[in-house]
Amino acid sequence: MDKKKMIDYLLDYGIIFVLAALVAVFSMTSDRFLSANTMFTILRQVSIVGIMSVGMTFVMLMGGIDLSVGSVGAVVCVVTAYFMVHGISPVPACVMSLAVAATAGLANGFCVNMFNIPPLIATMGVMMSLRGIAYLVTNGAPIYGIDKNFKYLSQGTFGTIPYPVILMAAIFVIAAFVLKKTRLGRYIYGVGGNEEASRLSGVKIKKVKYIAYAISSVLAGISGLLLLARTNSGQPSVGSGYEMDAITAVVLGGVSISGGKGNIWLVIVGVVIMGTLSTGMVMSNISDYVQQVIKGLVLIGSIAFAQFSQKIKEHHI
Amino acid sequence: MSEQDILLKIEHLSKYYSGVKALDDVSFAVRRGEVHAICGENGAGKSTLIKILTGAIEPTRGQFKFAGKIYEKITPPQAIEAGIRVIYQEFTLIPYLSVAENVFYGQELMKGIVIDSKEINRMTSRMCRELGIDMNPRTKAESLGVAHQQIVEILKAISQSAKLFIMDEPTAPLTMNETKIFFGVVEKLKAEGATIIFISHRLEEIFEICDSVTVFCDGKCVVTKDIAELDKKSLISYMVGRDLDENYPKPGVAPGEEILRVDNVTGNGLKNVKFSLRRGEILGFGGLVGAGRTELAKVIFGADAADRCDMMFKGKPYAPKSPADALAFGIGLIPEDRKAQGLVMEMSIRQNITIGVLKKISRGIFIDGGMEDRYTDKYMSSLKINTPSAGAPVKYLSGGNQQKVVLAKMLATNCDVLIFDEPTRGIDVGAKQEIYHLMRELADEGKAIMMISSEMPELVGLSDRIVVMSGGQSVAELQREEYSQELILGHASSKLSAEV
Ligand SMILES: Nc1ncnc2c1ncn2[C@@H]1O[C@H](COP(=O)(O)OP(=O)(O)OP(=O)(O)O)[C@@H](O)[C@H]1O
Ligand SMILES: [Mg+2]
Repeated sequence: MDKKKMIDYLLDYGIIFVLAALVAVFSMTSDRFLSANTMFTILRQVSIVGIMSVGMTFVMLMGGIDLSVGSVGAVVCVVTAYFMVHGISPVPACVMSLAVAATAGLANGFCVNMFNIPPLIATMGVMMSLRGIAYLVTNGAPIYGIDKNFKYLSQGTFGTIPYPVILMAAIFVIAAFVLKKTRLGRYIYGVGGNEEASRLSGVKIKKVKYIAYAISSVLAGISGLLLLARTNSGQPSVGSGYEMDAITAVVLGGVSISGGKGNIWLVIVGVVIMGTLSTGMVMSNISDYVQQVIKGLVLIGSIAFAQFSQKIKEHHI
Repeated sequence: MSEQDILLKIEHLSKYYSGVKALDDVSFAVRRGEVHAICGENGAGKSTLIKILTGAIEPTRGQFKFAGKIYEKITPPQAIEAGIRVIYQEFTLIPYLSVAENVFYGQELMKGIVIDSKEINRMTSRMCRELGIDMNPRTKAESLGVAHQQIVEILKAISQSAKLFIMDEPTAPLTMNETKIFFGVVEKLKAEGATIIFISHRLEEIFEICDSVTVFCDGKCVVTKDIAELDKKSLISYMVGRDLDENYPKPGVAPGEEILRVDNVTGNGLKNVKFSLRRGEILGFGGLVGAGRTELAKVIFGADAADRCDMMFKGKPYAPKSPADALAFGIGLIPEDRKAQGLVMEMSIRQNITIGVLKKISRGIFIDGGMEDRYTDKYMSSLKINTPSAGAPVKYLSGGNQQKVVLAKMLATNCDVLIFDEPTRGIDVGAKQEIYHLMRELADEGKAIMMISSEMPELVGLSDRIVVMSGGQSVAELQREEYSQELILGHASSKLSAEV
């Protein structure tokens, strides 16, 4: 019995060992790898996708998926830039564009709730439209000339810790609290675990879906602000493909693709693994194309592993 | 009956699905403080009515009056608000949440914005203790067996007070002990002034706890009567529209050679289980919940692994690694949990029945449609599966008819050994007789049948021999002459406190 329990634990938390192994490998292939500096570089780099992953976790736990996060990031990036070059000061500009992001999330929720479109398709549609809007807002060219101080959002540090890393950590903590301790969190797990049962238990599932998609979009919007701060210009093309990185991180973190099951803390590990992989591969001079291949394999590998461990656990019950 | 006494008045409710009148202009009234039974064959429309009352579905026509208010339709939150609580026929638990989290799901106790998990666990423990049920509130629902899942459903329904409790076949997955506990719950609710609507295919239960009965037939309400005005015979004739003789078919042949011998199965919650099974006989398995009967069935069927597994099938060592293995040998299992293990809910009745025999009905790589239809027709008529079309997805069938599809599916595979785990759960009186005859015919054809049953009359009536299990062990084997409920129950509880 105890042996079985231990195997279950290993299956649940095995991802941590994967991270340790990656770190070990890269510190051998690159002597610069193992340092506090690299660690913060990695964390700073993953913060954008990391924050998106938190929103993705909400949506995927609920049994959905959100492909629009990359485009939402881009829209927020260009819209904020647009506001700022038209004389609105940074704070109201950010608030207003996050409201735009929330609207995008409600649009996702609307398509899923009202027309019963599968989330994959609904959010793909929203993703394409929003990308178009990002280009429309900028007329296809980047927006330059935003407030110089804005870049500190990305480059500033508190002690040695970069702001984006603090922001990401704070968001993870709040998300963990919401998911584990509040009613909303319980219902997100519940709708993902059994939607009809949730409805019959009196849970307003449409409302839960609206909120989850809105959270995902607002967090993607915050990532968009970081993108703006990083490039210091409103680029309509930013963030494309980030949804795939976020999904990979969430799945790596063990969140079930059909919803209802998963642990937000392990999603952090998934995020860090993705970052370690890219940074490590760059530092070890592995080409961009090979990196793509490896990322794809990681996604397939992690889902295969999840299915495999599910099967083992079923045998233990 | 004055208006004051009436809690629920159903007025001309109808529910039509394309081509099916699931409920057809039904009207009747339920008095305050009574236990009111609804009876009827599988597919008669009982669950459909329940679902309308709780807001799971909307009626096509009609209305109902509850506690003085008229509703043309209701939503689940409104129904809960109005004081209607329900135990659905199909499980509605969230698999990855714990027992306590499920009991309070949708009605969480809060401490500010935080769910008060401690209190939720404490309350659940207390409810279990009061009822004398041994269950850890922190266990995940997905790891519970059907009986315990049902207990969680019951706890969920009674965790808050309500005016009307609706219970759709709550006792189907329970054995005698838990059923008794459950009756205690019903008495208590009644004493507190609640009204209860109760559905069951076990007619003895209806005579035991109900005050009045409404009978449904083909979506229509046939009659409402006080229980005192009825006996079992007249109730059945209202239900099926004719008299029914309730005899268990006797064996037509003497048991033949031994086909399966289990010398020692240990592990998977079992300890040194042994028995022998012969062609032509129906071997009953009695015991309480948790006795290990389902676990044993799963090991024999290759669905679960055991540490030690000494079995002989047709004189050769037999150690299945998977269900596919077992089926290839000729051993089939009809599982107790049809939703999780027995059926593909989205697929049609026809596809479900023939899924295990596709090889037999194919020419080359193509499925022979004619042959598939013949197979389907054969089992649909012999089991009286009540539905307009074999092409309908199984998920639209009534609970009992789904169970019949599970049976049909396994019968089609033509196995030599068939393991029935609670074969008549949720099946109406008429169809039960059909299934008993079918099992007996199979045995007479030379097949060997293992029947796990928690329904004492069925176990005693149909089995040629009974193996009683307790605490994961086979503790006794009884011959027909020595059968008695007391003896079986005595053996069944013999190992209860000894070891967990
Ligand atoms: N969604 C649906 N679409 C089509 N037909 C349906 C649907 N739901 C139920 N039905 C049909 O309505 C009829 C009544 O079903 P219902 O579940 O109310 O029966 P029941 O009396 O509860 O039977 P049981 O005793 O087997 O539980 C059945 O013939 C069933 O096939
Ligand atoms: Mg029913």
